[in-house]
Amino acid sequence: MKAAVVVFPGSNCDEDCRWALQNVCGVSTRMVWFRDHVPDDVDLIVLPGGFSYGDYLRAGALARFAPAMESVKRAAERGRLVLGICNGFQILVEAHLLPGVLLRNTCLQFLCKDVWMKTVRRDTAFTRRLPEVVQMPIAHGMGNYFIDPDGLKSLQDNGQIVLQYCDREGRVTPEANPNGSLLNIAGIVNRAGNVLGMMPHPERASEDALGSHDGRFLFESVLESLIK
Amino acid sequence: MKGDEERMKGKVIVRLKSEVSDPQGMTIQQTVAKLGFGGVRKVRAGKFFEIEFDAPDADAARQLLNNLCDRVLANPIIENYSFEIEENP
Repeated sequence: MKAAVVVFPGSNCDEDCRWALQNVCGVSTRMVWFRDHVPDDVDLIVLPGGFSYGDYLRAGALARFAPAMESVKRAAERGRLVLGICNGFQILVEAHLLPGVLLRNTCLQFLCKDVWMKTVRRDTAFTRRLPEVVQMPIAHGMGNYFIDPDGLKSLQDNGQIVLQYCDREGRVTPEANPNGSLLNIAGIVNRAGNVLGMMPHPERASEDALGSHDGRFLFESVLESLIK
Repeated sequence: MKGDEERMKGKVIVRLKSEVSDPQGMTIQQTVAKLGFGGVRKVRAGKFFEIEFDAPDADAARQLLNNLCDRVLANPIIENYSFEIEENP
């Protein structure tokens, strides 16, 4: 298996993603500068967190036009796995690889803390090894997932909601919703299931030294699904 | 500037759609109310862009700004836009 991490101007979780993939999970990982193209033989493309283009205009709105994104779109259409984390999720929705949009947190604060998430679906390439309730950190000012009522119904009908904010016991409650996301949405997949966007950071929860290793299950899910 | 083109200035306003909640606007409203602007019932925050470009005529200028707003400046899921064009500013 080969992975690539796309580095935009302003990405700041790119090296963390490489560490988690390469050093923790043993996956050969290359960094791809935003002006270059992702090689065709890559199995997993990660769009990392950060503040690409300074979050100017809207988070992800300008990164969407970076040359590397053309190859990301092509790879997604060919069924390759694409994972957008935090700013990467924001880029995926702006690029229309995932539906909806991420608004400013309802509390208006930048949130940097651990959250619990319920794994709603475990039959995707990204989630097959995830426990039912996982803990990972969030670090965002614009993580409030929004979509119109028809879009939300379509997400539900097609089983695209993969991760929801919950409490420690796995209850999806308004109190467990950190940012105002519709239906506590923390992560969604496209209809084909090969593109995942999520606000929490699995790479920052990939080793016990970081306080949680739950994020590692996500990368291991990808490894397992590519081997099978 | 090309041969038959005019100088144009577009003034674009991008607004959140009315059904999209605007915590920034709400916070501004609450703050100014505390400052004594008690009559301020509602604030909605938006974005303003001034764009200078060349186009053959006003129709072409409108088309360019529509494309620019649809593709880049506004996200149609949550935002509307409007603009005015000043010819030979």
